[in-house]
Amino acid sequence: MTYNNAKRKLDDPSETENRNAVFQVDGVKVFYSGFMALQEVYLKVPEKQIVAFIGPSGCGKSTLLRCFNRMNDLIPGAKVEGKLNYRNRNVYDPQVNSVKLRRQVGMVFQRPNPFPKSIYENIAFAPRTNGYKGNLDELVEQSLRRAAIWNEVKDKLKSKGTALSGGQQQRLCIARAIAMKPDVLLMDEPCSALDPISTRQVEELCLELKEQYTIIMVTHNMQQASRTADWTAFFNTQTDAHGKRWGKLVEFSPTEQLFRSPTTKEAEEYISGRFG
Amino acid sequence: MASSTSDNSQEFTPNIERRETLGKVFEYIFLLGLLIGLFILALLLFDIGKDGLARFLTPGFLTETPSRFPDQGGILPAIVSSISLGVIVILVAVPIGVGGALYLEEYAPKIWWADLIEINISNLAGVPSIVYGLLGLGVFNYILGFGPALISGALTLSLLSLPVIIVTSREAIRSVPDSLRYASYGLGITKWQTVRNHVLPYAVPGILTGVIISVSRAIGDAASLIVVGAVSFLTFNPGLFQRFMALPIQIYSYITRPEPGFANAAAATIIALLLVILVLNGIAIYIRQRYSLLN
Repeated sequence: MTYNNAKRKLDDPSETENRNAVFQVDGVKVFYSGFMALQEVYLKVPEKQIVAFIGPSGCGKSTLLRCFNRMNDLIPGAKVEGKLNYRNRNVYDPQVNSVKLRRQVGMVFQRPNPFPKSIYENIAFAPRTNGYKGNLDELVEQSLRRAAIWNEVKDKLKSKGTALSGGQQQRLCIARAIAMKPDVLLMDEPCSALDPISTRQVEELCLELKEQYTIIMVTHNMQQASRTADWTAFFNTQTDAHGKRWGKLVEFSPTEQLFRSPTTKEAEEYISGRFG
Repeated sequence: MASSTSDNSQEFTPNIERRETLGKVFEYIFLLGLLIGLFILALLLFDIGKDGLARFLTPGFLTETPSRFPDQGGILPAIVSSISLGVIVILVAVPIGVGGALYLEEYAPKIWWADLIEINISNLAGVPSIVYGLLGLGVFNYILGFGPALISGALTLSLLSLPVIIVTSREAIRSVPDSLRYASYGLGITKWQTVRNHVLPYAVPGILTGVIISVSRAIGDAASLIVVGAVSFLTFNPGLFQRFMALPIQIYSYITRPEPGFANAAAATIIALLLVILVLNGIAIYIRQRYSLLN
């Protein structure tokens, strides 16, 4: 399964690939206030893999990411067309409840955004609100351990989540997301506000988490994509004669293949650093 | 060997001394503003204290009903009226005002009529209180038939407080970072739960600032209450549907009398009014500090 923009459709997805696809993006277009921000995208997100979205600023990678859990609903003027199936159900079907969807498709944001509450409460709030039946204390510990931050915060669970360092805050946000036991984790440039050590920690964390979760990660950092992702989608911007600019998916392939032998000229230029 | 940075210095005329002097000048201008404000406040307090403190401290001034004689009796009905008015204003205007602000900020579509409403509400905050008094007279006294009762006065003052509460609450709610809302929605938390647990607690300090300003204005207002029918002499503590007084009305009634002792009684009543406002504000500030610490 690969995608090359010239053909505008996915190449022969095999039967098994179809079955294991968590998300099937079928001609999704996004508009902001009537202007196209992203032209038709076709791709598949395989289960328990890390998929990275790379590309220059304004190429629509974050826009597409926000479609997966309908975060675009919160942006005034945003409109999504096309079909985006999550486990064979169109996410944009009016019958789909966005609250329920977001419970299953968690999100980690570009800037760490812990609640201005205690570390414990940061993790426990959402499960409690969603009627978690198990032991909350255990869930908090387990989530913090999984996010590799337990040892740093276990003695100060009552202190503010906002008082932690940037890298710790981001891992706290990851712990908060996995406490809801989601099916998929969306990460919007999770390391862009972090130093190299924290970045390393978050990347290692992602590699561990993919045992259980499917991860879709937007990143500006090509090394990060090549280090962590199984699949990589390269997005680029396009400008028409009137100066209107929008984003498009150029190429989607297994990471190794994309970086070693890209099939499009645009991807090749971007990866070799000749532009962007 | 000259470094390249010293060579570059010819390209700039930094004028650092002049720029720093300018900064100092403005610092002193701002300090002057503060000092003028403080001086006037101190003058006011001194003047009132000089005239009224002795009368304020006479036994019974806070606990007795008024008398015909300036040095006898007290202002208890006015105190009870003003505190009742303040409490009812808080109970009525805060939920309505914060609710309206929440709707406009969190629920209403962001289109032109939301802006139109905002401009109009800001305008209402500048309407003189006597106009609210006339509105209250028409609606509460006549249409709803409460007559010149405490409840009419309290509801009129609530109307007077609403615009400021809505505008400041909106401002406070708007200052809650969107990242907090996104974090909450991203976890599968509903809109109301997000508003209730994340937006409101974050906005409480700002909302309370508006409440303090507007309730202080309401308690200190006399014009609208005169129109609604507050009386200047009352020998009992008013119930909700009875004739009522208020501290500003009491002050007005004292200073309109010719006998010299009443000026002192008026100053003493002003001290009482300041204390009532101080206590109500103190409670609000205490709650605000607690929430600031929580955030």
